[in-house]
Amino acid sequence: MTTAPLIQVRSISKAFPGVQALIKVDLEVQGGEVHAVIGENGAGKSTLMKIVAGVYSRDAGEILLKGRKVEITNPRQAMDHGISMIHQELNLAPNLSVAENIFLGRLPKSGAFVDWNKLYADAQALVDRLGIELNVRALVEDLTVARQQMVEIAKALSRNAEVIVMDEPTSALTERETETLFQIIGRLKTQGVAVVYISHRLEEIFRIADQVTVLRDGQLVGTHLVKDATSPMLISMMVGRELTTLFPKEQVEIGEPVLEVRHLTRRGVLDDISFVLRRREILGVAGLIGAGRTELVRALFGADPKDSGEILLEGKPVRIRNPRDALRLGFGFVTEDRKLQGLILGMTVRENVTLASLWGMTRLGFVDFAQEREVTADYIKKLDIRTPSQEQEVLNLSGGNQQKVVVAKWLATRPKILIMDEPTRGIDVGAKAEVHALMSRLAKDGVSIIMISSELPEILGMSDRILVVKEGRINGEFTREQATQEAILACAA
Amino acid sequence: MAVRERAVAVPARPVPRGAVSRRFFQRFGTLLILLALCLVFTVIGPWRNRQGPCDVWEQVASLTLVKDGSICQPVFASKVNILNVIRQVSVTGIIAVGQTLVILIGGIDLGVGSIVAFSGVIAAILQRDGYGFLASMLLPLAIGATTGLVVGTLVTKGNMPSFVVTLGVMAGLRGAALLSTDNGLPIRGLKDDFRFIGTGYLDFLPFHGSQLLIPVPILVYVVIIACGNILLRRTSLGRYIYAIGGNENAARLSGINVDAVKTLVFILCGFSASLASLILTARLNSGSPIAGDGYELDVIAGVVIGGTSLSGGRGSVFGTLIGSLLIGVLGNGLVLMNVSAYYQYVIRGAIIVGAVLVDQISRRRNR
Repeated sequence: MTTAPLIQVRSISKAFPGVQALIKVDLEVQGGEVHAVIGENGAGKSTLMKIVAGVYSRDAGEILLKGRKVEITNPRQAMDHGISMIHQELNLAPNLSVAENIFLGRLPKSGAFVDWNKLYADAQALVDRLGIELNVRALVEDLTVARQQMVEIAKALSRNAEVIVMDEPTSALTERETETLFQIIGRLKTQGVAVVYISHRLEEIFRIADQVTVLRDGQLVGTHLVKDATSPMLISMMVGRELTTLFPKEQVEIGEPVLEVRHLTRRGVLDDISFVLRRREILGVAGLIGAGRTELVRALFGADPKDSGEILLEGKPVRIRNPRDALRLGFGFVTEDRKLQGLILGMTVRENVTLASLWGMTRLGFVDFAQEREVTADYIKKLDIRTPSQEQEVLNLSGGNQQKVVVAKWLATRPKILIMDEPTRGIDVGAKAEVHALMSRLAKDGVSIIMISSELPEILGMSDRILVVKEGRINGEFTREQATQEAILACAA
Repeated sequence: MAVRERAVAVPARPVPRGAVSRRFFQRFGTLLILLALCLVFTVIGPWRNRQGPCDVWEQVASLTLVKDGSICQPVFASKVNILNVIRQVSVTGIIAVGQTLVILIGGIDLGVGSIVAFSGVIAAILQRDGYGFLASMLLPLAIGATTGLVVGTLVTKGNMPSFVVTLGVMAGLRGAALLSTDNGLPIRGLKDDFRFIGTGYLDFLPFHGSQLLIPVPILVYVVIIACGNILLRRTSLGRYIYAIGGNENAARLSGINVDAVKTLVFILCGFSASLASLILTARLNSGSPIAGDGYELDVIAGVVIGGTSLSGGRGSVFGTLIGSLLIGVLGNGLVLMNVSAYYQYVIRGAIIVGAVLVDQISRRRNR
């Protein structure tokens, strides 16, 4: 291309108190291009894009739009220059309609009153431009996260955005919704809009991106055409070393049945589910989001009610009415959403690690702090949790380390059966490999693991056996040898 | 112990510079405001009240207000006034400890003022009708605890917001207190052994011979503060209270019996309200159905000024102690300065909002 790039970022630096977040980073994005920015947690990719979108100020460097230097000091200025960012936490007014949200603050008026006809017509035009079905009169709070995200994209278009930055847009989407998003991105591309796409998921980048820029520790590692890049190459660029394998699954001797679930049913959610879990086995549970995978393990753990069915633990029938019962019987549950269900964010690493096992560290109700610190130190070491101290609030840890704290909390209860719901969601590749290695080690030590995952490579790489859940039923079972990506997808859809 | 702390190259989010002094201010900011208020009242007080036969400096050391047969204007910094302030604070202060627990789990108890009235009236009736010391103590305490049990059960099993449940308690028990009396008249005729818990003094051991008599309500207050502090800082129950306030969902999934802990917290709060009621009733020498009116607001203000977050999970009994004292000292100091009651309301409102604002600002800067 001979013309100047749509947006050009030159040698941007940014320091937060005590940490250099970005060091002289360059980035060039052309119109009509999907440009992926990848890197581990803390690599600086979100910081970089937030500077471009005017959320953060920069310490040094310059931003050029179509070859012209521009000053961007707040999000409003960025939008005026045609740069919009779709944040992970969406900024919508839930109690207003789709159309009102798109034109919030700029509602078309006739006289002193809102011109509702024009508002809905304009909103509809934008939605059509995205090529999606969306009722512009619906309330935003009644929409799924995926649809709310589309409202944000429409909002960006309504401001004549030429550059749309998407920060991990698929982290809360189902596979089908992700497909729709990709179609929208494709349509934006043909309309000349540049999309900067921040993600953890390499397979998505190979599907939609034209160029990929890798950041590590606040520095630019390199920019490549996606068609020239390979997955191992991008991973080693991100991690800075060769990862021997992302799925270090060890061969183990599968033992006797530990858990037997018979005819577990919850009306409208789970339909006659039966399966067996053996000692030292990693049982993968695959399926589409909403198929009932999380509901299955929640019912098993006593977090949700069940209508009928039997659970046998080591051959004996047991009653699990609440998570307390499950804990006592030797279950552990690493939940899907660590911030909402796994951690007490305002509490320290120590307090979180011992939360589920504290009852075993008390005398007459008084906490034995020495024992508590010893246990915590032990798990910080075993799981390599990177934290300045036990007394650090988990709020301040990176996603991967937060996840390790949740895992440590359950390991401290010495579980016989560990349920892991999306154990590596939203954590970087290095931490992912560590969590997988840990799972493999646990299985070897005699723990049985039920792992739910939406990432098929993870399911295929880590499981001894795979159950596929569809519409609240078990729709298929595969051994490690039988399983292929295609077979599982066919069974799940 | 093998490894206590692991040193790492790059901390997840490093501590910003100047954080040490900021932390100090964050923790002790309210205490500084309290001390500043005391200083102001100490300096301005004597200047405003120079009249009469009384010498200010003589009074500071004196334990009584009487001199040469006439009564002096009290001086803020005098022993007698300071003991008096703390004794006044101890009634709402004891409830504030219970309220702190409730607010820590993300709830609120608006019923405490009415529990004070109802259990006080019951105590007075028992005294008047000739029941013994023990009965007149235990039944009102049981009333407070039972109220807490009912509230806790409705909140946990009935899935109701504590605000609504205790709003009902507030109205209901006030009515019960009025119904228990004759046309709302206070009930008199308390016996000396019962009155001792409100008006008595104990010669406290370390001060033997030094003539420092500590009022019983203050001793009870100190014990309750100590118990509350130990409960929150040393026991697993305390840890669970913080956990539930921080993230109830995660706490439940970690096998904590959330409903039981919550109910117990409401029981403790009700108990603390009726304990405070016994002291108040004994001090006033009567059980009044309108006693404790508006206490819930003073109590909650004390807790919030003390830095406990209304959304739960953050706060301490130490903070509540400072917050309660701040409200008490403010009221006392303004009275001594002959500030009109109308202005007192305005100043009090400003201090409450100001103290919390200062707390919020110092917190935000740390983010």
